[in-house]
Amino acid sequence: MRYHTPTSFADAAVIAAAATGTLRFLAGGTDVLVQMRAGVVQPDDLIDLKHIPGVDEIEQTPDGGWKIGIAVPGIVLGAHDALVRDWPGVVEGMNLVGSTQVQGRATLAGNLCNGSPAADSVPGLIAAGATVTVTGPNGSREVPVEQVPAGPGRTNLAKGEVVSRITLPPRGKNGGDCYLRFIPRTEMDIAVVGCAVSLRLDGDRIVEARVALGAVAPTVILSDAAAKAIIGTTLDDAALAALTKAAQAEAKPISDKRGTKEFRIEVAGVLARRAAKIAYDRAKGLTK
Amino acid sequence: MARDDVKTGYKLIGTRPNRPDGLDKVTGRARYGADFSLPGMLHAAVVRSPHAHARIVKIDASKALALDGVKAVVTRADLPTGLTGEDLNLQDNTLAGERALYDGHAVAAVAATSALLAQDAARLIEVTYEVLPHVTDVDAAMAPGAPVIREGVADFSVPEGMHGNVARYMEFGHGDVEAGFAAADIVREHTYKTEATHQGYIEPHACVGQMGEDGRGEMWVCTQGHWYIRRMSAAVLGIDAANLRVTPSEIGGGFGGKTTIFMEPLSLALSRKAGGRPVKLVMSRSEVLRATGPTASASMDVKLGMKSDGTITAGQVYFRMQGGAFPGMSPIGEALPCAFACYDIPALKHEAVEVIANRPKAAAYRAPGSPMAAFAVESLVDEMCRELKLDPIAVRLKNGATNGSKSSYGPVYNVIGLKETLEAAKDHLNYTVPLGPNQGRGVASGFWFNHGGETSVTLAVGEDGTATVMIGTPDIGGSRASIGLMVAETLGIPYENVRVNVVETGALGVNEPTHGSRATFASGKAAVEAARHAMTEMCRRAAADWGIDPEAVEWKDGAAHPAGPNAGKFPPMTIGEIGSKMGSTGGPISGHHEVTAEGVGASFGTHVVDVEVDPETGRTTILRYLVVQDAGTAIHPAYVEGQYQGGAAQGIGWALNEEYVYGADGRLQNPIFLDYRVPVASDLPMIDTVIIEVPNPGHPYGVRGVGETGITPPLPAVASAIAGATGARIRSLPCSPPKVLAAIMAARA
Repeated sequence: MRYHTPTSFADAAVIAAAATGTLRFLAGGTDVLVQMRAGVVQPDDLIDLKHIPGVDEIEQTPDGGWKIGIAVPGIVLGAHDALVRDWPGVVEGMNLVGSTQVQGRATLAGNLCNGSPAADSVPGLIAAGATVTVTGPNGSREVPVEQVPAGPGRTNLAKGEVVSRITLPPRGKNGGDCYLRFIPRTEMDIAVVGCAVSLRLDGDRIVEARVALGAVAPTVILSDAAAKAIIGTTLDDAALAALTKAAQAEAKPISDKRGTKEFRIEVAGVLARRAAKIAYDRAKGLTK
Repeated sequence: MARDDVKTGYKLIGTRPNRPDGLDKVTGRARYGADFSLPGMLHAAVVRSPHAHARIVKIDASKALALDGVKAVVTRADLPTGLTGEDLNLQDNTLAGERALYDGHAVAAVAATSALLAQDAARLIEVTYEVLPHVTDVDAAMAPGAPVIREGVADFSVPEGMHGNVARYMEFGHGDVEAGFAAADIVREHTYKTEATHQGYIEPHACVGQMGEDGRGEMWVCTQGHWYIRRMSAAVLGIDAANLRVTPSEIGGGFGGKTTIFMEPLSLALSRKAGGRPVKLVMSRSEVLRATGPTASASMDVKLGMKSDGTITAGQVYFRMQGGAFPGMSPIGEALPCAFACYDIPALKHEAVEVIANRPKAAAYRAPGSPMAAFAVESLVDEMCRELKLDPIAVRLKNGATNGSKSSYGPVYNVIGLKETLEAAKDHLNYTVPLGPNQGRGVASGFWFNHGGETSVTLAVGEDGTATVMIGTPDIGGSRASIGLMVAETLGIPYENVRVNVVETGALGVNEPTHGSRATFASGKAAVEAARHAMTEMCRRAAADWGIDPEAVEWKDGAAHPAGPNAGKFPPMTIGEIGSKMGSTGGPISGHHEVTAEGVGASFGTHVVDVEVDPETGRTTILRYLVVQDAGTAIHPAYVEGQYQGGAAQGIGWALNEEYVYGADGRLQNPIFLDYRVPVASDLPMIDTVIIEVPNPGHPYGVRGVGETGITPPLPAVASAIAGATGARIRSLPCSPPKVLAAIMAARA
């Protein structure tokens, strides 16, 4: 195995483009190192991105958005008061990943690029309308997060491409988001179903909404139907019922060791309803 | 009621000194199985079958052996032939013979100069399989048309006409059950199922083995019983037990799963083939889950008759259990006697069959068989209590076994504490806390026989008057502290002056493992006798010094005293004085005792659990949990409470989320802790405990075993609480959210 420590994403992309065997990028390493130890993956090239300047920084842009380095661990996100105030749902999703020890290393970029349909931080990013900067041998492009995953363990990134930054849009006024997942236990588990809702209010009425469902399809689903079910409403009982139905209709899960298809469909509706209520209360400033 | 035979007023027994292994464990100094290393040591890896059932056509290790640093490969061809009975089963499980019998079955092992190299080499060993039909479910394994996975497993007990996978049959009972059912106001009958669960000990199996060409060897191993390791390994390898010296490590949990061998002989076989270099073998978590003893899965029919006042008139059970691909491993012989052990019922009929399936060879797990039996019987008792609107504790008090009852399985109970646990549970605050919406309360009682067994203990007096105790039962639950307290109490010296060591097979007579909740009972009883033996000798030394008869000397408060005024006026001679001059008064002083310990006292317990169930997701939260159990005498109460809490935690895991999940291909789907869901700390409230002390007359300090009973009631108690919260009765464990939600929705529809 060759271990690389490039100091720019351009260099990382050149190394990645030239790699012929199994390639892995190393940010927090909480997936890659575990997979290597378990014998699941034996990379020929391992590219450590943590030597690139700025990868551990969180920066607010002039328009009020956020740029997050690809090696910023969950515990740092959780301790960033201004970021948490803007995007509590994004941060709470990331902070559900692993234990306290894992939180000290695990990153948004790694959680996204690991390609798990059950990744806890991805629905929140998608609901928030986050994008990632993808750097390749021929330069960089901006990609919506929902276009990154391709299926379990796979992304749509081309050979030689690497995620070099995560960007959250400006939160603006009267917005709120939330991520909820279902696990049978309280900790140390993987989402059986996940759901993130981000919305904006005008008075009591929802004027913008995005709803993302995790672990109910090969990739996280951004559901227009679920969003439409609550846009224009005050999230009354009829809207919640419509949201439940839309989320359940959108879910296309399988039965496996973690849960049955029927269970996941049912709970997708439950979580959508509950997450929407929390996001709504956050938008109203009633809760944090 | 006060009992004449119960001593009180102990100085040390019942106190809570710091645990002797505590500092080493919290600082990381404690030496567990994988911590042991030797110069020149090799590392081993095991090749395991990816198939549930397959003929092994060919094993080609040439590519592995060609790697620089690979020193030995062992297959079944390297083990002796001609074994029979359980020895053959052990050998078959250590390394597959003609056929791999379950996903994870060991097929070959390799030793190399590093662990990574050994793993690489294992991947290069090419095994050609011919996949055979398999079956993993207990009911499917005895259904018509199920593949017979091994010919001729049935023993003499199996009636003609049963499926070829049935290995054993049992029946017993008393009274006229049909008349009993006829006398009942309601008769109910249901089938209950429990899935296999794993002991889930934190420390994976690990050992270092060394054996020369002369067939003499040594092993350092994580185990509950090193004499068992010695006997079983010697049998598998065809060597004499005396030529194998086995030293136990500190142990990170066992719960019954470390009372047998799985991979240990492989370290010796590899070492012998590698010129006698020591070989370390450490299992991964996935290997532990795939290839070491889970408990049995069970399918159980129960029928009960009850009068409207709660009197149980008759009971009947038919249990089906599978314990893997080897006969004799399912606990039907324990599950049946435990089924109605808490009750005094005039007519009972018990039947059970053991069936084999393509699963790992089951091992003991904390009160083997009792939790499944309790799930079936206690669930049905609860269902009938709810139907008749009777208090579940009142019904158990009405029908419960008591002193002098003839037990459901034959023997008469001497002094037992079931009713005391029921009364204490009824009076506890937890039983009267009002319940809110979506909350429910469950009650169940449980039983374990406890065990005595072969025990050998030596105590040596030190030159400074301290005492060293050598025991052969590895300490998995605080037995060193408890035995130290009993020895100090007996000798009349401070607890800090007694050190209890678990010693190797060369140092004592044969000891059974720490199993059956026997260590504090049996090793403790033998240690007390060994201390008395040493006290007799110390009195003899004092008598010789004073020039009086030994019978005129008595031992109290850590010193020899003249026994009364007629013996003469001498100042007491302390253990320190006697120890300091023992070299010139007759030589070293030690006490020794060995026995197959009799006088075990069964331990009964009653649990009360409150749950809240999310009606929209089926997820269960344990709100509060109470364990009430009879300890006989709690020698070190903190350890007793720890055993109660640990048993409850494991039982809650079994009830809620733990299960072996097999795919259609017969492969285990969840061999990691991410998906084999034991409860994590935040899943559980602090578990409340009440220690009942009804001393066991068969032990000098009244000890009953306390380790196992506690895992028994949680299965039915949790399921009954969920029924109370939701109206939906789950008769098939685990009560996982998908199952509970489906039951809630079915009940609503």
